[in-house]
Amino acid sequence: MLGRLSWAAIPFNEPLPLITAAAIAVVIAAVLFTVTVKGWWPYLWREWLTSVDHKRIGVMYVVLGLVMLLRGFSDAIMMRTQQAIAIGGAPGYLPPDHYDQIFSAHGTIMIFFVAMPLVIGLMNFAVPLQLGVRDVAFPVLNSVSLWLTATGALLINVSLVIGNFARTGWMGYPPLSELAFSPDVGVDYYLWSLQISGLGTLLTGINFVTTILKMRAPGMTYFRMPVFCWTALAANLLIVAAFPVLTATFVMLLLDRYLGMHFFTNDGGGNQMMYVNLFWAWGHPEVYILILPAFGVFSEVVATFSGKGLFSYRSMVWATLGICILSFMVWLHHFFTMGAGANVNAFFGIMSSIIAVPTGVKVFNWLFTMFRGRIVFRTPMLFAVGFIVTFVIGGLTGVLLAVPPADFVLHNSTFLVAHFHNVIIGGVVFGALAGINYWFPKAFGFTLNERLGHASFWCWLIGFYLAFMPLYALGLMGMTRRLEHIPEPSWQPLLLVAEAGAIVIFCGILCQIAQLYVSIRTRQQHRDLTGDPWNGRTLEWSTASPPPAYNYAVLPRVETVDAFWQMKRAGRRAAEHAHEAIEMPRNSPAGFITAFFAVVMGFSLIWQIWWLAILGFLAAATMVLIAGWSTEREYAISAAEVAQMEGGRLEQRA
Amino acid sequence: MTITTTDEGSSPLPFGLLREHGDGPASKRIVVAYGFWIFILSDMVMFSALFAAYAVLSGNSAGGPTAPELFNLHNVFIETMCLLLSSYTCGLGVLSAERRQLMPFFVFTAFTFLLGSAFLIIEAREFAGMIEKGAGPARSAFLSSFFTLVGTHGAHVTAGLIALVYLVVQVIVKGLQAAVLRRLLCWSLFWHALDIVWVGVFTLVYLMGASH
Repeated sequence: MLGRLSWAAIPFNEPLPLITAAAIAVVIAAVLFTVTVKGWWPYLWREWLTSVDHKRIGVMYVVLGLVMLLRGFSDAIMMRTQQAIAIGGAPGYLPPDHYDQIFSAHGTIMIFFVAMPLVIGLMNFAVPLQLGVRDVAFPVLNSVSLWLTATGALLINVSLVIGNFARTGWMGYPPLSELAFSPDVGVDYYLWSLQISGLGTLLTGINFVTTILKMRAPGMTYFRMPVFCWTALAANLLIVAAFPVLTATFVMLLLDRYLGMHFFTNDGGGNQMMYVNLFWAWGHPEVYILILPAFGVFSEVVATFSGKGLFSYRSMVWATLGICILSFMVWLHHFFTMGAGANVNAFFGIMSSIIAVPTGVKVFNWLFTMFRGRIVFRTPMLFAVGFIVTFVIGGLTGVLLAVPPADFVLHNSTFLVAHFHNVIIGGVVFGALAGINYWFPKAFGFTLNERLGHASFWCWLIGFYLAFMPLYALGLMGMTRRLEHIPEPSWQPLLLVAEAGAIVIFCGILCQIAQLYVSIRTRQQHRDLTGDPWNGRTLEWSTASPPPAYNYAVLPRVETVDAFWQMKRAGRRAAEHAHEAIEMPRNSPAGFITAFFAVVMGFSLIWQIWWLAILGFLAAATMVLIAGWSTEREYAISAAEVAQMEGGRLEQRA
Repeated sequence: MTITTTDEGSSPLPFGLLREHGDGPASKRIVVAYGFWIFILSDMVMFSALFAAYAVLSGNSAGGPTAPELFNLHNVFIETMCLLLSSYTCGLGVLSAERRQLMPFFVFTAFTFLLGSAFLIIEAREFAGMIEKGAGPARSAFLSSFFTLVGTHGAHVTAGLIALVYLVVQVIVKGLQAAVLRRLLCWSLFWHALDIVWVGVFTLVYLMGASH
């Protein structure tokens, strides 16, 4: 009746996950209780859960990413603490089985449920505004994407209490991830949560490629698009081209595990090396799916806070497209040591080094943008400058690792761990935090507290260097990654420094929470009535903060790159015309309900409760059919209403 | 939307690639069809991963039956003809729909459905026969990749047939209004794409497999 599920699935003998789960349960119960008592459900349902507004969906993605950041970070600080104390004869406080789950969950969560939602959230919020249009190409699909991503995040968190998570590392390499060696539900949690959220990501990719290529304001030719839109285009093209490979690979592993097939098994003619190849054929483009939008954020931030147009816009675009193509030609550098042979390794080593060229072009463009600019060090700009310095170091160690002979020495060591944290924290996380600080006033109508923003930046920056520079040294000294127990006492001092770094980063996170709290409390003093708090250059700053549901009463006419800057220079005010009625997409519960049944289906597939899995699938499919039936998906905002909303805004400004 | 001229200096892409257009958001028909093309593209990428897996594993029969022992080109030929013809009738059906000719639309669509079903029945019988002979997907890596590749195509055809019935019901209830026509157009793109995948399967799996 309940498949593999029984009381034994709940780890009564392990206090750590139980206490954590109890704490989370209390928090969730308190939130639900508050929402119920205050009667916020109708508002939440109407304005958020069923919303198809790209701005709302973007905000929800970012919230999901920030919440999951707390989860992923607690995994990180637990690992750092274990490594700092489990040295020589000391066993530390985490048993190996639990430690293995923590490092697997940390990687999976940070990539799929922190970095991806943050990046996709920023794209959702900013891209349609920057393109000067009213929504994405497929608004309901956008909501489906969000909730499928949330489904995956939920399933991964359920594994904390019911059953366990994979002990395979975040890549899930076979044969370890095969049924013979991982017979319980851990790998199944990994696979199903990533399959479901991966589908959501793919739909996002399709949606945004279509939006950017087919829906832009009048006059906005490709080479008048803001750089963030270009990087979003490149990232979404990569999603469309790479995520189906991950889906197919996981399908094969699932078939091995569920139907006894032999894609990657030791017997029956399976080939584990094929998994590694297929995984990284997705995995390397994935790195650029994350970093390209971050590059886009920095391009916007650096130009805005230097008071200058981006240096060499064209070369920035070509560098972005170059990276987009090259990212598909380097996947083998993730496994030089697998034995592909010297010639193959040489090719991929050279290709990997070549990626440094367009990236270098970008770095110089940012530097030259700042050169002789009037730089204003607001929080986003601090993150941008911190990024440039940090990312260059990460890039250099990357080029070092791209040399196959060096890689043979350094692979699987903490040098590698330091390298990819260097580019992901210094690049993607800094980019996301810069983007959040940059677009927050646009989303909510007031700016974030600067002092706490600066404090969080310095904590993140210093904490990052303290936490990861020791790992470079330790890697060179021979420390391999994922050690539950440290055999070499002389490594302890550096590991303690790394632990201190993690604590400083924790302070940075606390500063951000405080920043949000204080900013909301004092929002009246920080109101942004102009809609343009930073003296921005691109179209999103030309509308109100927060923008009305329809973004622009009249679609702006674009004549140059940095369209809004040019409008301000020319003294051209947007939207003084007579207002017309506007058609907007209706809210739809389709995404939320489909995702609800996806949770049911995913959970039952993991526990092999077949009847419930079939029911869940049929219910989700029925929801799709119901959503596909309607032909009345728009509602009209009358000209009078538009005029009233726009008039109110102009009064506010005056 | 009025059409604005683009500045002359800005056609930096070679060969007229990505033609610049500055006349605002495209019409709904174009946006929907374009998005669906991108979806089909992603589906092709997924199939390419399955093809790659088959190419890697097709020789790994682990002492079990091999391709020449299992494939019956006679059946596969009939199967292929069914699917290709169904694409032809699908095209005629969509043309009739665009001309608002309901009766021919229903007739061609019925043919499409029957031919698609025939394809599925032949495939299901082939699969059943192989499993009966002890050549199921768990027998060897070769058979795992064979069943997964061909089976995924079959699952797409099945989904396509269900979607076709659903769309015909929409046509009956709602008539050939713009939204329904757009959906039919997307469906036909999907159906033709499945043909292209099948041509790959037919060539790489069956023809090359049987000749080894």
